[in-house]
Amino acid sequence: MITLGIDLGSNTIKTVVLEDGRDVLGSCVRKSGYDTKIITDECVREALSQAGAKFDDIKKIVATGYGRVSCDIAHKEISEITCHGKGAYFRMPEARTIIDIGGQDSKVISLSDNGKVIDFVMNDKCAAGTGRFLEVMATALGVALDDFGEISGKADKMIDISNTCTVFAESEVISLLARREPVENIIAGLHKSIASRVLALASRLRIQEPVVLTGGVAKNLGIKRALETVGKINIGIPVSPQTIGALGAALHAYALTLK
Amino acid sequence: MPKIDSNKKLRNLMKKYYVKAKLGAKYWPFTKTCWITSGGPVEILIAMGITPIYPENHGAMIGAVKMGVELSGEAEKLGYSQDLCSYFRCDVGQAVTQKSPVGGLPRPDFLLCCNNICGTVLKWYEVQARYYDVPLVFLDTPYNYDGLNDDIVNYVKEQFESIIPEIEKITGRRLNEKKTKQVAQYANEGIKLWNEILSTCENVPAPMTCFDAFFYLAPIVTLRGTKHVVEYYKGLKKELEALIAQGKGAVENETYRLVWDNLPIWYKMRRLSKTLASYGACLVGDTYTNAWADNDINPDDPFGTMARAYASVYLNRNVDAKIENFTSLIKKYKADGFLIHSNRSCKPYSFGQFDIKDEVSRRTGLPGLIIEADMCDTRAYSDEQIETRLQAFIETLKERKEAS
Ligand code: SF4
Repeated sequence: MITLGIDLGSNTIKTVVLEDGRDVLGSCVRKSGYDTKIITDECVREALSQAGAKFDDIKKIVATGYGRVSCDIAHKEISEITCHGKGAYFRMPEARTIIDIGGQDSKVISLSDNGKVIDFVMNDKCAAGTGRFLEVMATALGVALDDFGEISGKADKMIDISNTCTVFAESEVISLLARREPVENIIAGLHKSIASRVLALASRLRIQEPVVLTGGVAKNLGIKRALETVGKINIGIPVSPQTIGALGAALHAYALTLK
Repeated sequence: MPKIDSNKKLRNLMKKYYVKAKLGAKYWPFTKTCWITSGGPVEILIAMGITPIYPENHGAMIGAVKMGVELSGEAEKLGYSQDLCSYFRCDVGQAVTQKSPVGGLPRPDFLLCCNNICGTVLKWYEVQARYYDVPLVFLDTPYNYDGLNDDIVNYVKEQFESIIPEIEKITGRRLNEKKTKQVAQYANEGIKLWNEILSTCENVPAPMTCFDAFFYLAPIVTLRGTKHVVEYYKGLKKELEALIAQGKGAVENETYRLVWDNLPIWYKMRRLSKTLASYGACLVGDTYTNAWADNDINPDDPFGTMARAYASVYLNRNVDAKIENFTSLIKKYKADGFLIHSNRSCKPYSFGQFDIKDEVSRRTGLPGLIIEADMCDTRAYSDEQIETRLQAFIETLKERKEAS
């Protein structure tokens, strides 16, 4: 039986096609743009074609993410907290804490032994500590965001970025460049800044290991390193960290078919 | 939502109060008007026939009609920081523009400030005393760092001996003992009734939600010590009891009972109450409206008991006492979880909330959610963010319910 999960994030749209609540048959990540509906359709079609399935094969659809309410093909919408909990637990059942750094928000979720969400915190009204922060810095540095992980690997120190405010940090970065600080050290410093911010959020809950990192930012290994160094914890990254929310939604959709 | 006939009475009561206050201050030369803080000893004013005006209650109205940003903006133009309490900013805004749902507050003859709720009010009232060029009477209530003690109570009581003559001198009126006793009697009756009204929500399902209570609260704050308040609350209580007898709940299919902490988010009352109701969630109790429900004013010792009451209001107590209070409300109302509003404006109320949340969760075994907002300033609120958090929180409660 086929179910579909759609995660309509602020930055990207993700889809996962799941069979029998067990096997991921297809998935897709697309930059979200002006017309969410068209991109969602493309994203669904792509995941379905990977799965070798048709739209009519889908038994249930669950939407999550900020755009979830306006997704008219979904049978149900569920918050990204619950979906990330479910998705991460499915991939890594040993996980007790999830750190998810998304485009516009970051969240920390505590899971019980059986994978239920016990508690969660999310950043509020501030882009510091989110993917957007890095995007802005990538533009300021003139470096592709995808290269951040690799470049920061060459750093010999993490420069302190004293401003958490995205706008002020941007001018700080520009003045660091003007002072000819090596780019790799600046990027490592930016990672540290995000890590500190997210760990401060996490400390409102009890961080229980194992900790897993999900969300698009998890692809950047520099963030993982920074979280591990600053937080003195080990971080695991599940397969396809960016589609964990959509996977959770697809798992929920499967649970709906059993009701 | 069942229909409550007393709501009309409440609207009339508050309308009459504002119209009388405004017309009196403007056209009736013998009227004396005093602006007072929400934790101030209004009984003295009522007993002396002085019209009390509450800029905070007015601020709530400003917030509810979404004029908060406009009026705060006026204060910000004058150089006041956006980080200051939005009630203060709105009050400055209405003073300089005379804009508000009631067309601005009447001019005060003097101000009465009690710092039992926060330190902001002291500076706020100093600012307004200068602006209107009127005297400021001040009642100092030391923070209960280690709980309330007799020294604090005596210190506050002694101040009544100086502030009453001060008010008498300003207004040319005398405070008489008989009248004081009667006002204390009504005040006490009002407080007891308010407590009983809030307690109706112990019933499952609750006959009203806190969103209702936030409105019903106005008279006990502003007109405490008058007969009208007692009468209005008697009627309201009767209606709520009738709803209980009929088994009618305020929220259809009440499934999750939640307790709220901090001031309401005035401009989001309707939306939040709808969102929660759509999940079958009902706010059954809160620390805010309960702050006016647990005082004891004895007509035979009005000043001693008032000193005790005013020195120990909720916001003047330490974090331990707040934890204690919150925990007992959660138990009293048989709640399934709790919501904490981290209010950008109100620092004394929002201070320590992360610790409070942890400790209350530990003591009750129940989950809580902190949402960041502001009571009047819509700029500090994001629908999507808050609603995602609420939805996730309810999903957690649902899983817990299903598991048990
Ligand atoms: S800071 Fe809080 S207690 Fe003080 S006036 Fe503002 S809302 Fe009221």
